Amino acid sequence: MANKIWVCIDQFKGEALVTSWEAVGTGRKLADEVGAGLTALVFGEGVENIANTAIHYGADEVLLADDPTLADFRPEPYAALLAKLAEDGSPDVILFPTTTRGRELAGMASVDLNTGVLPDVIELDVQGDKVTAIRPVYAGKLLARTECSSKPQLVTLRVRAFGMPELNESRTGTVTKVDALMAEDEIVTKVVEYATVGAGVSLTDASIIVSGGRGTSNRPQLIPPDEITDEKEQEIWRAQQGFKLIGELASLLGAAVGASRAAVDANYIPYSAQVGQTGKVVAPDLYIACGISGAIQHQAGMRTSKVIVAINKDPDAPIFKLARYGVVGDLHDIVPALTEALEDRLSY
Amino acid sequence: MKIVVRIKLVPDTAAKVVVEDGQVTWGDAPLVINPWDEFAVEAALQLTEQHGGEVIALSVGEESSREALKHALAMGCNEAILVSDYVIDPDTQRTAKVLAAAVEKIGDVDLVIFGKQSIDGDNAVTGTQTARNLGWPSLTLVSAVPALDVDAKTIRIERAVEEGRQVVDGVLPAVLSIVKDYGEPRYPSFIGIRKASKAEIPVWSLEDLGIELPNVVVSWSEIMNPPQREVTNEIVQGDSVEETAAALADKLFAEKVL
Repeated sequence: MANKIWVCIDQFKGEALVTSWEAVGTGRKLADEVGAGLTALVFGEGVENIANTAIHYGADEVLLADDPTLADFRPEPYAALLAKLAEDGSPDVILFPTTTRGRELAGMASVDLNTGVLPDVIELDVQGDKVTAIRPVYAGKLLARTECSSKPQLVTLRVRAFGMPELNESRTGTVTKVDALMAEDEIVTKVVEYATVGAGVSLTDASIIVSGGRGTSNRPQLIPPDEITDEKEQEIWRAQQGFKLIGELASLLGAAVGASRAAVDANYIPYSAQVGQTGKVVAPDLYIACGISGAIQHQAGMRTSKVIVAINKDPDAPIFKLARYGVVGDLHDIVPALTEALEDRLSY
Repeated sequence: MKIVVRIKLVPDTAAKVVVEDGQVTWGDAPLVINPWDEFAVEAALQLTEQHGGEVIALSVGEESSREALKHALAMGCNEAILVSDYVIDPDTQRTAKVLAAAVEKIGDVDLVIFGKQSIDGDNAVTGTQTARNLGWPSLTLVSAVPALDVDAKTIRIERAVEEGRQVVDGVLPAVLSIVKDYGEPRYPSFIGIRKASKAEIPVWSLEDLGIELPNVVVSWSEIMNPPQREVTNEIVQGDSVEETAAALADKLFAEKVL
């Protein structure tokens, strides 16, 4: 059985990202359909335990490169090693999760391997040694069926678009150690430091997102403290009260906080929270849009969420057309009441 | 310092993009500079304001791409170049080869700056592929450049990754992609618009670049409208805020999404 389907595991500080297992599960399914084997590639430092977990999730073989030069992801040493291994092993397909690292690695390796990348796909079929993928383009306004005529076919899988495989701790496989290809003095980039932001849930991983828009500041009866005299500052202060309520609901549900572009552009909340065509594209199980009218650009970033709830004062807001459940009302009233109602139900 | 910014022409974000008779159409919505590229131009202009040098806007695509280049010129780019005998297709690796050849022809380039992605193809890999074709480091999702030394050929960038902010040191020449945190793009000035309207934009062919048309490897065999979402809209309303909230909470439990 030739191991012709490969999966690159994305890890951060020695912990595999959950979406890496989605990729292993997808690789397992493809491999079973065509009677191939599945190889997982684990690069990092102190990542031996990840190799075993990859086998438990479905890999037959793991190529493990455990080296200080691979501790932090850098595209150059990772791509050089991946390309070398792929030249030796000639896989038909290499899967990656669509994380920043996965995308970069696939992009760089595609040049070394003189092949193409199918980025951020949401569906994947295999026939023989060829894959066909479906991916959203124009921010999800359209779907493209896409393929790559050269090999290996590099495919990055959208986070949460493919299900999680079952963990089977009795599965066995082989772990083969491989050496890093580049020495530290050959690598021109150095990771200096990380500052992880808060303890918040990341938007793209979140299964629930609570988002706020312009409506967060639309509460005239809120009186800002006397020292805030600037009108714009007063507006931002009101919006922050709205986002505080959104944050409380999010924290109860273990959800991430999102925002519309209007809220970001008005300086209510940092850009990292923006959902939409020029922000993050998300597909949680539950998306609660609070005080967001639902411009087409915002819809492009969240329209594939499983269940959408809209809370808005304006009954004509376009977001209601997309929403399974709508509440016409002020988020400043509805959101805290919803938090309380859910708290009651979640506490027993 | 010489900075090249890659510019792409795309349908406006507000465009209603649909497939009709197998063709992508956006009605009479305008084609504009890719919104992410405006952040790339802003970063390039700020860097040359701080460290001296010039900014060259580079586009690969049909003649109409001139409009996007003119926007970049109006924002303050010094020059613009169009490679027009290559039509952008879904094969980013192919585009990257053309871009890399153009950067080499421009010569003595210190930085090539991309927007985070283009809002039509949504690939977000062309920058990294261009970097690899040039043999330069790829520094993506850059939110700030706290240090740059053109003579020593060193750069320090901050980037936005899933886990937070990362600081990376690299060397020049390098390829960057820029995210929105870098700063709001400036509006074209009146003088800038006048200058851009008169600017001569040289057109290069692949022959000028000394390359042949790269093979197509990645293709779209079909382009489709997404399946219509079957959503039943239900307005939840109780006699009081508390009742409304309670009714909504019950429905969310029934959906099994909590």
